[in-house]
Amino acid sequence: MMTLAELAYWQSTSLRVVGGLAAVLLMAGTLVYLHLFKLVSFMQSRLGPMETGPYGSLQLLAEVGKFLQKEDIFPRKADRFVFAAAPFVVLMSTFLLVVVVPGGPDAWFIDSDLGIYLAMAVSSVSVIGILMAGWGSANKYSLMGGLRATGQLIAYELPLILAVVGVVIQAGTMNMQGIVLAQADGEIFGWGAIGNPFILTQFVGLAVFLIAMQAELTQSPFDMPVAESELVTGYMTEYSGMRFLLFFIGEFATAGVFSAIAAVLFLGGWYVPGIDSDSNAFNVIGPLVMLGKVVFVSFLVFWARFTFPRFREDQLQRLAWKFLIPIALVNIVATGILKVAF
Amino acid sequence: MSSADSSTDTTEEAPVAETDEAREALLARLSDELGDALVGSHLVAGDDLWIRIARDSWLESARLLRTDLGFAYFSFLSAIDWMPSPYGRSMESQVDLSLEDAASADPEPTEQGVAGGDTRFQILARVNDVSSHLGITLKADVPDDDLSISSWIDVYPGVNWHERECWEMFGIEFSGHSNLEHLYLPGAFEGHPMRKDYPLLARHVKPWPGIVDVEAMPDDGDGEGES
Amino acid sequence: MTDVSDRQKLSYIAAQAADARVNLEIESEGMTLNLGPQHPATHGTLRIIARLDGEQVIKADPVMGYMHRGYEKLTEVRSYPQVTALVNRIDWLGSFANEVPFILAAEKLMEVEAPPRAQWIRTILFEMSRIANVVLFLGDMAVQVGAVTPVFFAFRDREHILNQMEAVTGGRFHPNFDRIGGLKDDLPKGWVDETQQVMKKMRRFCDEIETLVMGNEIFQARTRGIGIIPADVGLSYGLSGANIRGSGVDYDLRRDNPCGLVHDQIDWKVWTHPDGDSFSRFWVRLQEVRESTLMVDQLLSDIPAGPIMAKVPKIIKVPAGEAYVETENPLGAMGYYVVSKGDLVPFRVKIRSASFSNVSITPWLLQGVYVPDIITILGSLYFILGDIDR
Repeated sequence: MMTLAELAYWQSTSLRVVGGLAAVLLMAGTLVYLHLFKLVSFMQSRLGPMETGPYGSLQLLAEVGKFLQKEDIFPRKADRFVFAAAPFVVLMSTFLLVVVVPGGPDAWFIDSDLGIYLAMAVSSVSVIGILMAGWGSANKYSLMGGLRATGQLIAYELPLILAVVGVVIQAGTMNMQGIVLAQADGEIFGWGAIGNPFILTQFVGLAVFLIAMQAELTQSPFDMPVAESELVTGYMTEYSGMRFLLFFIGEFATAGVFSAIAAVLFLGGWYVPGIDSDSNAFNVIGPLVMLGKVVFVSFLVFWARFTFPRFREDQLQRLAWKFLIPIALVNIVATGILKVAF
Repeated sequence: MSSADSSTDTTEEAPVAETDEAREALLARLSDELGDALVGSHLVAGDDLWIRIARDSWLESARLLRTDLGFAYFSFLSAIDWMPSPYGRSMESQVDLSLEDAASADPEPTEQGVAGGDTRFQILARVNDVSSHLGITLKADVPDDDLSISSWIDVYPGVNWHERECWEMFGIEFSGHSNLEHLYLPGAFEGHPMRKDYPLLARHVKPWPGIVDVEAMPDDGDGEGES
Repeated sequence: MTDVSDRQKLSYIAAQAADARVNLEIESEGMTLNLGPQHPATHGTLRIIARLDGEQVIKADPVMGYMHRGYEKLTEVRSYPQVTALVNRIDWLGSFANEVPFILAAEKLMEVEAPPRAQWIRTILFEMSRIANVVLFLGDMAVQVGAVTPVFFAFRDREHILNQMEAVTGGRFHPNFDRIGGLKDDLPKGWVDETQQVMKKMRRFCDEIETLVMGNEIFQARTRGIGIIPADVGLSYGLSGANIRGSGVDYDLRRDNPCGLVHDQIDWKVWTHPDGDSFSRFWVRLQEVRESTLMVDQLLSDIPAGPIMAKVPKIIKVPAGEAYVETENPLGAMGYYVVSKGDLVPFRVKIRSASFSNVSITPWLLQGVYVPDIITILGSLYFILGDIDR
């Protein structure tokens, strides 16, 4: 079997584009249906969509059709170019993120030694898009939302990265494949029956990562930038139609991609115990395993989102700087000491 | 969780005589303190107390009630226009007087309510004492040629919106109120809707048919409720 | 405005000082933020013009009247029985409770007393409209703080109450059921048992809210110490209901001024909380819903037998006089000052609605708070636009 690297450039690029689109859109669709439509409905003692398709499974297509038909409204005083470009910048960050996530031993988009480093770097691009949207809308609510989002995303970038450092120390690599393999082939103090999924040894890092991820996704309890009962969805207030849909896809796809990164870093990625990590079978079941783990992690995200009230801006900054960052730093030191000691 | 609570007195029915004493004592105290400024009063035993204050003492009486007598709770402030409506006064007439007829109709005599009164407009306010559970309704005459009275805003800050509402609805000025602007009505609204001579246009566009559709009371055989 | 409590003063000064340190070099002009009239936090069409420095409110100015319907003027051309249909729409979540004080005022002027059974059922429905109303507050407050789920629970469980109201009155929102001298109809068969079941459900809902919302650390962080109303300020602004009891004032008209309702014949207690912040207002309301369910249980267990209408003439003419009746409605003290001249229609009706006074404190209360706290404070004051604008 030929691997991606042996194909001609145009072939591999087209495959990557198609694969990336499919990964982002399918994942976003799955999460919207499973979590936004159904999980939340059940939590709120509703049924959710039931009419379009079996159990409302085609509701999403109907929603997309509705959004595409809507008028694309520009506020009169909006900075038209910035306003129009912002959703694409946000979505671009999601697409750049998805390329580092591996789906199997040979099923990957890029196999970079800088994998997780790249992911952390490009995830910040969405901040620019959000700030553009907030500024370009010429709306005070949007501006406040945009500024809050910027402050929040920058504040939580730090604990996010620091939480990853523990994993990187333990795995000894920043390559995403390497991290999966390190977990698949690892041992916990000499016991290697299930490998070493870092959820067991990096649980502090996982907790920090999940909290910071929740904030990066601006999901409740960190949804001050979009606070719909207050800022009326903040930077998205003025968007309608297709551009709102892009933000919407971006929101859920980013939730999916971050869940995927969390799955790779802490849950062993495409690996499940019991099958040899070199096995070709993982090229087929690996993406499905990934999807399962993504659904699980994003379940936690949406569970929290629809349960918790939101922090105030100063409270969430305090949480980041006074609690998460010190905890993450202690975790790094402890991991380093243990790594050297054992 | 801290909570201060108290149970109700389930057995003690407040005896009428006792409350009366409290109200009478209060009235006596008020007439002592206010002197001539207490123009009129009305006391319903075991129920309620009305006093009528001279316009010039309106502010002092509020200060007295709040600081010396413990009436810390401000309930409401409004006004009454005692002029009978020129557009027909009730549903006894089959059709209300139309706008044109209003001027020619004989004006009915203006009668003020309890605690008396001399003027068309009266200010009406109520304050409560939350510890003794007494309430007192204050009235003050406002003469037509000078529709103004001193504002209570320094004594009861909560009177702010009530005075604004009263100002826009009745056209009574409150001296000392720094912010008399429209509360409910649009800024350019003309007239004072709660005055009796302000027509309720909807009633003139489609006059009321009068009492024609009397609904029978439940279980009603002879026009009286069942006993 | 006048007296600021020391605690508020201190927190305001501290916040100002902290901001001054930060803003030493980036001196900024303020910004005016217009919340409403169409805004999810305003329960209708209240508008708040807030002058901001950063996210801190320098001055907040509520603007209302978008829904003013002129009920006081309209009552002057409505016969007494017709007025109840109007006043139903004042606080539209607890409609039945709006009718009660007006009917009681009219009865006082006519010197008619409703038979005991009618008074009893009136009190039951009065308390049930309180539950229906405040339950929605409990869910809605969570939405204001950002948790979207509890409000669905609130709507789900309020439905039980509305069904029971509908079974008696025929109306879910606007029963128009109270009559001068009694009630329109008697209770339907089996209603008492069903209602007892519903009260159990409502207590379960209260437990749920207590753990899901009130016990949540984020909710507490967002509401504790926010929007503190000292008791004396609250009194001078005429705050009532849970807003004033949340400031530690032990004042409940159901106990302190029972007129025509039978609250003095059952065993219950008035809940107060000394803190005066948004949390304490929420806490008091939660306890009051629970207390109300217990009150309804007690009332249901011994409804006296007898007629539900006193002898009243077919065409109601109210003798000349003036009466003010105030009851403890779901939103606070609601009173009607009724002036009669012996006609079919009231000469003047002054409606003292609770929310109008409750919201009048906002310019004072919102000074120095942050934009997110505007929402929680407004939410915790709990107003209904119809009750402000009348």
